[in-house]
Formats: sequence, structure tokens, C-alpha cells
Amino acid sequence: MSLILNVFSVAAIGAGVFFFLAGTVGLLRFPDPLSRLHALTKADNLGLGLIVLGLLPRTESLLAALMLVAVWALVQLAGATASQLVGRAVRRKGPAA
Amino acid sequence: MSVLAALDVGLACVVFAVAAWTVFASGAFAATVGYVVYGLLLSLVWIRLFAVDVALTEAAIGSGVTGVLLIGAAARLRGAEATPPEEGPSGSTRLVAACLCVLVAAALAAVVLLLPDQGPTLAPQAMERLPETGLGNPVTAVLIAYRSFDTVLEKVVLVLAVVGVWSLAADRYWGGAPGEARAEPPEPTLAFFAQVLAPVGILVGVHVFWVGADEPGGAFQGGAILAAMWMILMMARLTEAPQSNAIRLRLALVAGPVVFLAAGVAGVAVAGGFFAYPAGFEKPVILFIEAFMVLSIAVTLPMLVAGPPRREPRR
Repeated sequence: MSLILNVFSVAAIGAGVFFFLAGTVGLLRFPDPLSRLHALTKADNLGLGLIVLGLLPRTESLLAALMLVAVWALVQLAGATASQLVGRAVRRKGPAA
Repeated sequence: MSVLAALDVGLACVVFAVAAWTVFASGAFAATVGYVVYGLLLSLVWIRLFAVDVALTEAAIGSGVTGVLLIGAAARLRGAEATPPEEGPSGSTRLVAACLCVLVAAALAAVVLLLPDQGPTLAPQAMERLPETGLGNPVTAVLIAYRSFDTVLEKVVLVLAVVGVWSLAADRYWGGAPGEARAEPPEPTLAFFAQVLAPVGILVGVHVFWVGADEPGGAFQGGAILAAMWMILMMARLTEAPQSNAIRLRLALVAGPVVFLAAGVAGVAVAGGFFAYPAGFEKPVILFIEAFMVLSIAVTLPMLVAGPPRREPRR
């Protein structure tokens, strides 16, 4: 049982790290602010979500697990809001050179 | 080299790189962003040093509140930055400044490197007497019991900072509210964010204060989180900063240091010493003092960010 959980953790966290890496590469390489935002949200949502998913079986208590999920949910909320605000600023002023 | 050690070295290198990037960044806004990232990385360093209390404070005050203050300053300076001054400092002035900076950095590095491996420490004594305070978190014991007078003075400094910011107001605005009078509606995205986040954040702030007695956390960190919630509500224009002559605001600003100092003076009569707490009641007294400090911090930091009064006071 613990072997299956360990494999699950490693797989989920590995996938999460991959999304963070891909999101970072996109943030550095994409040409305009909106597509850079798009890349960033992948790291925030999927990357962090998968890492939290992988850590869930390793928590010691239900409370700790809920805290991890709450962290992910709060980052989602903050990330979505920041993306909206940046996107709106880009639309208003035009993309910065 | 183990994986953790490699990560530590990597983290230290990234901290240096971000610090250098911040120094050489063009423009105040970019430098501020670099500074905020630097603060967040530093809080990771503190976690690796097992100083979670310091990490929380660095993230909340060093990176968060200071970051907001600096972004506000950068926004105000944007006009000035667009028109570069006619002549900057001369080459020799720059050279002297650079030499002085290198000298200070080298002196600091020498002091750190020359420390004995087993540095002088009061940690064993602090842990030994911890049960007498009724607390489980030695950091809170140091702040509110062992060196309470220092902590009172830190709170007084915060109040003085607000007085300093308010003193920048023009005479006719004295006592008025900070910020321009504006009839703009709330920013919808930010308003939604603030409405969802504020209840959660208030809960987290009170929780961080409450667990600070026994676990990492405390009045500073909890108060900073509460302050952030008020700042977000003001930024979303769901609420306005109060007039700076409002009696309730002023009471909240000074409540922390006043209650702390009163408890210290009461110690002379009750427990036989300045800042001595009555035996058996140490923890309740400490939490009582901390509660008022949380209130003061939660009010002080947003007032610093809101800036000097810029509207005439309503009569």
C-alpha cells in the first residue's frame, strides 16, 4: 500500500515540477504579455495542484491535508485575480515593448 | 553533497543573483519587484535555518508591507523618473560610494566569518526558563517576556512612523483622510478578490496570533496579515481610509504600546518589578498584551500605506 502511495506521490510531484518548468520556460520565451500570463497560470494551477495532490498522502492529519488544499485554493484565487488585473492593464495601455 | 545541501547552495546563489538584479535594475518599479522576490527567497532561507517565526515576519513585513510601500513610492516617482536629472553624480563620487559599499560589505563578511563556530548564545537559558512564562514558543517569550521593553519601543516606533507620514500633509488637510476623494466605483476584479479573501485572511491572521503562544506565529505576523486584509479592501475601493483625526483610529493606533507599557508598570505593584508578570497569570497577561498589539499593528501598517492626509477634514 505504502509503495503504491509513494509511486503516486513521486508521479504527481514529478508532473507538477514539469508544469512549473514548462510554465517558467513559457514565461521567459513567449513573445507578448498575454501569452506569458497563459504560461504562468499553467504553473500556478496545474503545477501547484499536482504537487499538493502528491503531498496529500504524506500528510499526518486531515487538518494538515485541508491546509494544503487551502493553500492551493488561495494561490488559485490570487493568481486568477493578478492575471485579470495584468491582462486588463495590458489591454488598456497596449503591450509594453 | 546531499540533495538538501545542494538545494541550500542553489538557494543562496539565487538570493545573490536576485539581490544583484535588484541593485542593477533599471527603474524603481523593476527594482521593487526584485526586492519583493528577494524577500520571499530570504524567507525560504529562514525556513531552512529552522527560524519559521523570522520567515513569517520576513514574508509579511519585509516582503509584503515594505513591497506595497515601495510600489506606492515608485508610482509617485514615475513622473520624476521620466525626466532624468541634468547631471548625475560625478565619476569620482560614484567611485567613493562604491568603495564605501565594498568596505561595509567586506567588514560585515569578515565579522560573520570570524565568529567562533560555537557562537555566544543565550538559547539554553531562554529554553530553561520557558515554562515560567507559560508559553511554548521561545520567540514569543523573548519578545513579550524576556525583552518586553525593546518590544514596547518597537511599537512606539511604528506609531512615530505614522505621525511622520501624517506630518507630510498640507496644513489645511491636517486631520483629513488620506487619498484623493474619488467617486469611482469599486474595481470589480479586485472587489471580488477582496470579498472572498478578507474573511479567510482575518481568520488566518487571528489564528497566527493565537497559535503564536506555542508555535511559530505571533502578534507581528498575525497583525500584518490583518493589516493586509484592510489594505486589500481599501485598494478594491470597498472601503475608505478613515479620517486621521478619528478618535477611534487614534485609540487603535496607540492601544498596543499603551496597554503594554501599562502592564509593565502594573508589574511593579503586582509582581515586584518593571515588566514582571504575576506568577501563575503570565500567559493570560501576555496574550492580553498581544491582542492589543495585533490591533495596533493591523491599523498602523495600512495607515502607513495610505499615506498622508490629502483631503480637508469633515467637520
